[in-house]
Amino acid sequence: MSVTVCVPRDSAALSLGADEVATAIALEAAKRGVAIRLVRTSSRGMFWLEPLVEVQSAAGRVGYGPVDASEVPALFAAGFLQGGAHTSALGPVEAIPWLARQERLTFARAGITDPLSIADYEAHGGLRGLKRALSMAPSDVVEEVFASGLRGRGGAAFPTGIKWRTVAAARAPRKYVAVNADEGDSGTYSDRMIMEGDPFVLLEGMAIAGHATGASHGYIYVRSEYPFAVAALNAALAVLREAGWYGPNIQGSGFSFDAEVRVGAGAYICGEETSMLESIEGRRGVIRYKPPLPAIKGLFGMPTVVNNVVSLASVPVILDKGAQAYADFGLGRSRGTLPIQLAGNVRRAGLVEKAFGVTLRELIEDFGGGTRSGRPVRAVPVGGPLGAYFDASLLDLPLDYEALAEHKGMVGHGGIVVFDDTVDMAEQARYAMEFCAIESCGKCTPCRVGSIRGRELIERIVRGENPQANHAQLLKLCDVMENTSLCALGGMAPYPVISALRYFPGDFGLEQSKEPSCVV
Amino acid sequence: MKRDSVVSRRSPGGGLIHPPHDVEQVARILERWVSTPGSLLPILHDIQAAMGHVPPGAVGQIARALNQSRAEVHGVISFYHDFRRSPAGLHVLKVCQAESCQAVGSRALTAGIERLLGCKLGETTADGAVTLEAVYCLGNCACSPALMLDGRLHGLVTEAKAERLIATARKGA
Repeated sequence: MSVTVCVPRDSAALSLGADEVATAIALEAAKRGVAIRLVRTSSRGMFWLEPLVEVQSAAGRVGYGPVDASEVPALFAAGFLQGGAHTSALGPVEAIPWLARQERLTFARAGITDPLSIADYEAHGGLRGLKRALSMAPSDVVEEVFASGLRGRGGAAFPTGIKWRTVAAARAPRKYVAVNADEGDSGTYSDRMIMEGDPFVLLEGMAIAGHATGASHGYIYVRSEYPFAVAALNAALAVLREAGWYGPNIQGSGFSFDAEVRVGAGAYICGEETSMLESIEGRRGVIRYKPPLPAIKGLFGMPTVVNNVVSLASVPVILDKGAQAYADFGLGRSRGTLPIQLAGNVRRAGLVEKAFGVTLRELIEDFGGGTRSGRPVRAVPVGGPLGAYFDASLLDLPLDYEALAEHKGMVGHGGIVVFDDTVDMAEQARYAMEFCAIESCGKCTPCRVGSIRGRELIERIVRGENPQANHAQLLKLCDVMENTSLCALGGMAPYPVISALRYFPGDFGLEQSKEPSCVV
Repeated sequence: MKRDSVVSRRSPGGGLIHPPHDVEQVARILERWVSTPGSLLPILHDIQAAMGHVPPGAVGQIARALNQSRAEVHGVISFYHDFRRSPAGLHVLKVCQAESCQAVGSRALTAGIERLLGCKLGETTADGAVTLEAVYCLGNCACSPALMLDGRLHGLVTEAKAERLIATARKGA
């Protein structure tokens, strides 16, 4: 019987040579006359071990990683198909503590299945959520999602169930499900991993949302920086249509639902929901005033469910296992699990799905193993370019929506970037304003002009030009941006700046004690 | 291709004269999308994929097909970073400039690549071989620093690795 060998096809694994490794394995097996079954799976999310090769054995899968294509003949010589010893041998993959200590619900299939095999998907719990949802009244599906406590994983953390209720209650000739897959925050890649590695779970979540709210058509707005995700989603849509799980009268239930993929064009602001809707409609990604909420008047003027990829990908498991099983994870008002993405200067970077409440220290030290450079951790931005920088004294904060908000930070999309002690925080603050200026849609003045003035003020402080007065002016500007911008880009771009000033004043040439008392 | 052959000029009367573009090809793309709601971005993506950029002369043609003004179409093209109004170099190299890559030396890496190519971010090498661009996150943050060369993603990039990749691309074409 031929041995099954798995090599990921996640784009991060490809970026480290997974294709070359897979080709080398196929060639070497042919050369040696060994029959193998080579499966291209998704990634486990243990990116420091990629390319990670897994061999199916009686005792489960055993791993080898990171593997370079040049090492493949040596792996065969070491008998890796029988689990033989090699310097890259990792033993049973699921026993690796980094993975074993996680609570994977949304990412249950990560690294295990072939992303486009519907048989694999069903064998690992796929489609059970949609089957159950189709047997329920739409309003019961909405209430199940509400009871799970699921909040939007894109950054705003709005309760998904409330959003669905609003759309379900709206009367309109058409309704839509619009998936926000414009994952632009640096340090985040969980949406990408879902779309490339388990596209069916997102499409299943969309169909459940459609059934629950009365929508029959969906759009997935994917950023153009993710070409592999676009290809995977289009292929997955074709498979589901072929199998009768997408399209008219799904599995004879009378419910019809289909979706299409739309590709963004390099505008960060299109991750803001109303800007995304404008873009899908074929216009400049300029944000809309709210109200009306998209749930009342969204895409093409119709009620629209706008959800992030991870939010929707968490819905099938909620419907499958029940709201309570999901809500049993987490604490306070942050229920369920959060896929956290470790990035930047960290030794063991990757995807950690844990219940809310895990601390930054556990994530960075226990999972991450400290910095890649071996130097001390100095600053940790959480939640992307609009999230706060935390200093090393705050690492014991639990990751939950309210705890971070108390420190003027946010969980955001769950991205954690680690900087070591070589970072210049004044430059990071300047970059935060500059990024806002580059990506501002231009609709409101605080964001469009404020970001440029903010950058200039930081540059003046750093040059030592009247630093106290410019510091006070900068804090005043941040206050105006935060309170008067139309959306989160201008409203939260000050967060990294304010936090950098508070925790790292020395980097700006300022002294801690001289913080102007008049502001905030 | 000579770059000035695709630049619009002023006529003696003051009007804009655009370089000729493949009207038939644009018409075929418009045909495919014109009945789909909100299809301007897919149209522009398809035109750029086929022609390397969105020719300025095509703006009027697109506007007529969608019953929009040329200003509306132009506004969309100019809003999004992806759309080019003139062709790029033979190879496009996008180097990530965002936080995760900054944390592991993307500023030094970018400076090294700029020295190697003899051009800055947003510019094309003198021989027209490589266009160097900034990108803000490629979603490869666990393997920072990252870059994308002709649509292929690379992680854990060092200056030496970038130099090898560029040399290989240049040899290939």
